[in-house]
Amino acid sequence: MNQIVPSTKRGSQDLASTEDHEEFVTMFIEGQMFGIPVLMVQDVLGPQKITRIPLSPPEVAGSLNLRGRIVTAIDVRLRLRLPQRKDGQGDGMNVVVDMRGELYSLRVDSVGEVLSLPKAKFERNPPTLDLLWREFSNGIYRLQDKLLVILDVPRLLDFTKSEVI
Amino acid sequence: MDDLLGEFLTETGESLSTLDVELVKLEQNPEPKILSNIFRLVHTIKGTCGFLGLPRLETVAHAAENVLGKVRDGELTVQPALVTLILASIDRIKMILGHIEQNEVEPEGNDKDLIAQLNAAADGKAQGAPPAPEPPPMPIFESVAESAKVSQPAPEPEPEPVFEPVAAAPEPAPAPKPEPDPVPVAVPAAVPSQGLATTHQPPAAVAAPAASSNEGQKESGVAQTIRVNVELLENLMTLVSELVLTRNQLLQMVRGKDDSEFATPLQRLSHITTDLQEGVMKTRMQPIGNAWAKLPRIVRDLSIEMNKKIDLQMIGAETELDRQVLELIKDPLTHMVRNSADHGLEATEERRRIGKPEIGKVVLNAYHEGGHIIIEISDDGRGLNIARIRQKIISNNLATESELEQMSDQQAAQFIFRAGFSTAEKVTSVSGRGVGMDVVRTNIEKIGGTIELKTQEGKGTSFIIKIPLTLAIVSALIVECTGERFAIPQISVLELVRTTANSEHGIEVINNAPVLRLRDRLLPLVALRTLLRLGGDETEKRNETFIVVTQVGTYTFGIIVDRVFDTEEIVVKPVAPILRHINMFSGNTILGDGSVIMILDPNGIAGSTGEIVGSSATAQDATAARDTHAEDRQSMLVFRAGGTDLKAVPLALVARLEEIDVSEIEHSHGKPVVQYRGKLMPLVSIDGSFNMQAEGRQPVLVFSDRDRSMGLVVDEIVDIVEERLKVELAVEQAGLIGTAVVSGKATDIIDAGFYLTQAWGDWFGSPEEPLGGEIEGKRVLLVDDSPFFRNLLTPLLSVAGYEVISVDSADKALSLREAGDSFDCIISDIEMPGMNGFDFAEAVRSEGRWTQTPMVALSSHATEKDFERGRQVGFNDYVAKFDRDALLQTLAQTLAVKGAA
Repeated sequence: MNQIVPSTKRGSQDLASTEDHEEFVTMFIEGQMFGIPVLMVQDVLGPQKITRIPLSPPEVAGSLNLRGRIVTAIDVRLRLRLPQRKDGQGDGMNVVVDMRGELYSLRVDSVGEVLSLPKAKFERNPPTLDLLWREFSNGIYRLQDKLLVILDVPRLLDFTKSEVI
Repeated sequence: MDDLLGEFLTETGESLSTLDVELVKLEQNPEPKILSNIFRLVHTIKGTCGFLGLPRLETVAHAAENVLGKVRDGELTVQPALVTLILASIDRIKMILGHIEQNEVEPEGNDKDLIAQLNAAADGKAQGAPPAPEPPPMPIFESVAESAKVSQPAPEPEPEPVFEPVAAAPEPAPAPKPEPDPVPVAVPAAVPSQGLATTHQPPAAVAAPAASSNEGQKESGVAQTIRVNVELLENLMTLVSELVLTRNQLLQMVRGKDDSEFATPLQRLSHITTDLQEGVMKTRMQPIGNAWAKLPRIVRDLSIEMNKKIDLQMIGAETELDRQVLELIKDPLTHMVRNSADHGLEATEERRRIGKPEIGKVVLNAYHEGGHIIIEISDDGRGLNIARIRQKIISNNLATESELEQMSDQQAAQFIFRAGFSTAEKVTSVSGRGVGMDVVRTNIEKIGGTIELKTQEGKGTSFIIKIPLTLAIVSALIVECTGERFAIPQISVLELVRTTANSEHGIEVINNAPVLRLRDRLLPLVALRTLLRLGGDETEKRNETFIVVTQVGTYTFGIIVDRVFDTEEIVVKPVAPILRHINMFSGNTILGDGSVIMILDPNGIAGSTGEIVGSSATAQDATAARDTHAEDRQSMLVFRAGGTDLKAVPLALVARLEEIDVSEIEHSHGKPVVQYRGKLMPLVSIDGSFNMQAEGRQPVLVFSDRDRSMGLVVDEIVDIVEERLKVELAVEQAGLIGTAVVSGKATDIIDAGFYLTQAWGDWFGSPEEPLGGEIEGKRVLLVDDSPFFRNLLTPLLSVAGYEVISVDSADKALSLREAGDSFDCIISDIEMPGMNGFDFAEAVRSEGRWTQTPMVALSSHATEKDFERGRQVGFNDYVAKFDRDALLQTLAQTLAVKGAA
């Protein structure tokens, strides 16, 4: 009842693509580079005041106010079972994504540039990848100096399965 | 104007506009689809007219429908002449409608000419006939209309003439009336641009000639209301809610800056926002009478069916509330009124017999109260049959017998709201009302409302429903715990209690379960910190804590928080789907300062209190059990003696209250005595010292037994209160049974027996001689769950010479039997948790070594029926609690009989 529907309905699952390129917003956690399709991203916010939500899963960092809408913040670091940040939780970046009309914020260490990548360089997850990461990763892009893990956002936000893993 | 009629006019006006357009379309392009649409519209008009009792309209519409039917069936073809004829009849309908709108009656006269033509057309005769002329010449009609007005004082169509509501019949709000069905909105827009604009000019224009005589009276009803899609209104409401929040945010920023240049414009913005909010809310408001419209009919039918005389009074039908809320309470209300009329009211015959007015009353009363709307549904019927409800509770396993026994009637009555109660009620159709009451409660709670029930046997039952005016914006109390803020919906908050480390009434703990003495009861508490696992040092002693006393249904509990801020208007937003499983929250919202805050759900919290943390669950239960530990209500005499502490003694033990002139006090063996009713009465003080008043009158509690009396010297008699006595703290001090909360204050309960023996060492003993024979050394087993009575009776029996063993349950007594103990007599309470006295007696009589042991029942329910039942299960005698003489006498007799046998 209270959603102000964004004027441009975007955020569908299909990736923005020119013929053979796809665009990704890149972000970093613990030095690892991650990417999500650029059209899923609604906003990128700096450090925010976050309200803790008691009794919520530990990966839920809390909720924040984005121009009158309530955004649920997910600590991607904890979701990926990476060690907790040492220097406090305060100064991460928030990548806000739209999932079926609900806004979620992915909390990461920092946000990089938007890359347009040729599909040819996309590869499936290596079988040696951690089971958990394979769950949340769609595949890998080979960049010159590093590897870009493409996050599967719907799975990342699907908490119904989280207990199983 | 009648509500129904107004709606009909609006609706028909719209239909007619559509008809105009459609007919013209049909003429140009006779498609079956258009035709059937037309047919449907005309048919609807006809049907509604018949329903509303508008014969003239109905005949015209009927004739037109006939023709159209023939066309549809292919018997006639669409020709301009035919269409003109139909259009003419539509014009006629409009004219009649116009008149109805002005005068609320159909114009006199008839439409024979038109109908004849229509019928002719229907028969296929008039196919080529010249089109019907315009409606009858105006002047004639005009005069008729005028005369009609004079001669007929508006015989308003009255759909349910039997029950005239007491309150003024709900006048239709002339304000916009949002209708749920958004259908017709798009239709006029669909008009093809063929210069047909004229065809759908509002019927008002057609009605104008008729209205010319009283033009200024009223605008056409059609023009007065616009149908707006509900969704649009909802969106508007959402936007306004956001605006309110933003306004609040701004206000908070400017607050404290007196010289801000924004202050004035902001104030204006604030006013406008408030007005806007009210305005938009009003568009969603409807008089509650709309939800009641069906009730008179339902009650009337019921009254005929059940052969009862019922007077349905509806008060406050004009009270407005949100459309959404209205929709949601419609069914519960209907249900409850039906229940009241059906089950609540007695049959006329019965009413006459018990001297009530023959006509049963069901009263609906609605009014506003501080942001809420209160709806009361009451009847003057028989009230709930508590006994039956209690039975049901047991048979449905909703509570144990002992729990139940400790419930007051009102508490037991609340069980009709339980799921599972209703079905059983339905099957057996006992007099209680449980049918679907759980659904009613669920529906009401869904919209943040509460429902209460009051019932009095023989006097009637009333339900009080409290619901928020609107769901969009609620008022919430903002609290803080460990630095986090939360909102609690104001509707659930009863009061706030502040406790400090050194205040008189602090939080007390029973095996980790915190409780608070609040006036006359123990309030179970939940710490928000524990509940939400907020961490922090739980044992940390704070100087100041706040308790939000919260009510869910009839369950009242306190939520411990660190701080309380003020209340704020908030817009409840649902939480993200991944958080929906947390039932402690009903939503979240953004506060004036822009921060997100979780809204606590009192229902969820109440539901979880039974199992806050594993270990304290039992303590919670224990508390609850203790809390309701209902020795039945008894009158307590509250007094002060030997200090400022309050003391109390069961009034039943006190023979008289006397004031003795101090000068009359004499001394015998150094002990004070007074001549009282021709005998010497020893005076005993509470603490052994005698600080009596030097002169004047000294209040004394007189305990009497046969020909002896004893006076307990007190400083002051404070009050007599009727109270459930629950001894909370047992003490070892002689003369005291323990401490209980009596009217909200900790009060020492005096062991009267102790003082009796102080005055007369042989108080209980000697007079029994002729009856008892050899009492000395007789072993008596006392079974009573109440520590109070055990403490009262044990010394009493002891001093009378018995050897008393007391246990607190039948089970323990039986285990004594297993252990091989034997007694000369067993005294047992009847109302006990677990195994009750009757069952206990049966168990004793059925087997084992006690089958011949005399048993005496002890109960506060000393009715003939109870006596009988007691005898049947094996009790030798039955004594009312507090009747000390009777007990001692009975004991002696019973033992004597046994000895003789």
